[in-house]
Amino acid sequence: MKIYLKYDINVVCRKVLEEQLEKLNLQYNILGISELELKTNLYNGQQEHLNKVLKEYGIEIVENQKSALVQKIKDTISEIVHLEDKLPNAKISSYLAERLHHSYGYLANLFSEITFSSIENYVIMQKIERAKQLLTIDQLTLTEIAYKLNYSSVAHLSNQFKKTTGLTPSAFQRIINKRRNATIS
Amino acid sequence: MMTVQQTPLNILLADDDEDDRLLFKDAFGEIKIKTNVQMVNDGVQLMHYLNNPELNLPDIVFLDLNMPLKSGFECLAEIRSAKRLKDLSVAIYSTSGSDEDIEETFVKGANVYIKKPNDFSVLKKILGEVITINWQYHTSGLNRDTFLLSL
Repeated sequence: MKIYLKYDINVVCRKVLEEQLEKLNLQYNILGISELELKTNLYNGQQEHLNKVLKEYGIEIVENQKSALVQKIKDTISEIVHLEDKLPNAKISSYLAERLHHSYGYLANLFSEITFSSIENYVIMQKIERAKQLLTIDQLTLTEIAYKLNYSSVAHLSNQFKKTTGLTPSAFQRIINKRRNATIS
Repeated sequence: MMTVQQTPLNILLADDDEDDRLLFKDAFGEIKIKTNVQMVNDGVQLMHYLNNPELNLPDIVFLDLNMPLKSGFECLAEIRSAKRLKDLSVAIYSTSGSDEDIEETFVKGANVYIKKPNDFSVLKKILGEVITINWQYHTSGLNRDTFLLSL
């Protein structure tokens, strides 16, 4: 028997952090999905220990402020693209500037400098990720997906899907279905 | 959650053609993301490398489809059925660009399909794109099960 899972990565991360911080008897405040405040300073051994236990879960303590800001940009984009049922009509650029209190120009330059990719590309990649999920798990039609993700037309969505993955949405869907059937039988 | 690239990406390349291996190595040397490229000459050597628990797994494997001793398809099947290797990113490259070949490769578990270009600058661009996107999958919590890219 095979079952399909859907999970909320934010809940998983928060739970891991809570468990590990409590094990170390630390007083803390979780501020967002990639930010937390400790009420006391860590001594050297503790910091190393925390790095080590979190690393096992693929969580790294980001020390550099620039990288922390890039991570916030990514988190904010993921939030808009994945958590809302339908993408807001407002431009993502103005939303980011407002939420992160920096001009969009500054954020865009910083993002390119650190990730070798642009914010626009990152948004497209996340939207196509959501489209993949809506296509294969929620089994929505392209018309429904185009509406949810604010594409002006199905053709626009299909083109962007093809440009990003090299595959048409229907070829993509066929491949994923064949893979599933292959593992079931 | 790593955002900045602190350590070079580890790349493993399996190809029986020496000229192709050199071409790939040169191309990786010229792209802006730092890489550390290891090379093996055929599928048997590749599986030997991957199954050695003392060696760290690469971030991505580039596999030539047509190799003697063990083909790219055979390696792919072994990788996808091994517990330790099944999440490895695999990029297959081939001279064929037919839709059927591409689809079959993906169904069998490849993440990336590259139609080998004749032009060096195109190869450089394609490899840069593949490792950037692969890196995004590793660092941005994207679903690796639906990571398909055809170039």
